[in-house]
Amino acid sequence: MATETNRRTVLGLGLGAMATAVLLPRGALALTVDQARALINEVTGQVTAVINSGASEAQMLAKFEQIFAKYADVQAIARSALGPAARQASPAQMKAFTQAYQGYISRKYGRRFREFIGGRIEVTGAQPLKSYYEVISTAYLQGEAPFDLRWHVSDKSGRDKFFNLIIEGVNMLSTERTEIGAMLDKQGGDLDKLIAQLKKT
Amino acid sequence: MPLISILRLLSAQRHVLLTCLALGVLVSCGPAPAPTGIKDPKEADNREVHEANKAIDKFFVRPVSAGVSEVQPGPLRRGLSNFASNLAVPNDIVNNILQLRLGKAVENTVRFAINSTLGFGGLVDVSTVAGLPEQPTDFGETLHVWGFGEGNYVELPVFGPSTERDMFGRIGDLVLDPIWYVLPTGEALAAYGLVVVDDLNYRDRYSATIDSILYESADSYAQARLLYLQNRRYSLGQTTSSDGANGFEDPYADDSFIDPYEDSNGN
Repeated sequence: MATETNRRTVLGLGLGAMATAVLLPRGALALTVDQARALINEVTGQVTAVINSGASEAQMLAKFEQIFAKYADVQAIARSALGPAARQASPAQMKAFTQAYQGYISRKYGRRFREFIGGRIEVTGAQPLKSYYEVISTAYLQGEAPFDLRWHVSDKSGRDKFFNLIIEGVNMLSTERTEIGAMLDKQGGDLDKLIAQLKKT
Repeated sequence: MPLISILRLLSAQRHVLLTCLALGVLVSCGPAPAPTGIKDPKEADNREVHEANKAIDKFFVRPVSAGVSEVQPGPLRRGLSNFASNLAVPNDIVNNILQLRLGKAVENTVRFAINSTLGFGGLVDVSTVAGLPEQPTDFGETLHVWGFGEGNYVELPVFGPSTERDMFGRIGDLVLDPIWYVLPTGEALAAYGLVVVDDLNYRDRYSATIDSILYESADSYAQARLLYLQNRRYSLGQTTSSDGANGFEDPYADDSFIDPYEDSNGN
């Protein structure tokens, strides 16, 4: 009897938790400054570990893609990069584009990260900004003046993820939109050709 | 730099100080409102200049910088870089004063005095180690402080990305630089020559990054323009994001962006 009650209680609790997770509006997941900060601490810790791991470039780039996929809102970044063209894209095209873009951007930024060898990133602060959070960090590179690196973090994807990176005022979303827009133009506006090109780049 | 030159330089600041007191009234106007977007009505002309600049880089600056850097041992490059940074400080001080940022003027003066003496004429950057890092400024920033907006974007021959305001800033810096007034012309030119060598070293040192912008991006003109404007506005304090100012995109709120969580096309 006791066992039966327990089972039902557990079952009920489980279902209740599931229902809560499904039914609660996104606001219930509300991110806090501390969570945003913790997320970026985790990201920078992992990136720094990979950079200083002494792994080959190919290995590092693969690792960066994993980190990017895990901590960045790839879907939102990819859509923003594609800009107005995302409106005409079919769901299948968007899926293929997002996938190709994830690899492309990981390789592109990952190659730059090699310059960080021996360096470190320190999270110094976090603040709410509009509907998201800004986490402020300083990058210390060997033989360089420290520079300002900011991360924009949101939970609108349903999970805490970063969606923009600002290096000394230069923001990734806008440079990416400019670049992807130019690439698309060069492909005569053909999204499938752009996807193929991203896979090769 | 010989000590006597430094003393002459420092005394020259006093004259500049007097001049700027007269200009002080200008400063009360305050900085121009933060610019948004890109104003580039002469884009076609600018793109032509950009192509020419790329050719100059490809056939001259890039190969020469690689060669010039290669023959210098690392410590020499480092020393030259410190020397060039230090040489820019007197002009920074003049601009600090014109901007009525007197605290910074004092800090830069101390920095210059320390590096020029203990740092062997600027070859060693003692000040940064001592907690007084570089605080570069320029006459373009002074014009900004005086209330001038950035104006249109321009790509300058050889010098690259700029704005109308910053173009005048460059001219202003060339005229204002105390180096011309305290050093004999020959020495001043020689000092500028070393700065050019340092610029070449810079081109070589950041070759991978610069190449990726100039030669690997789909539209190097648009990339260079965006990088310049965003970084410049940031360095002028026009994108301090605490007020959520321009340049900080919210992909979830952006008009031209379709919210992936709302859009029926989303997946």
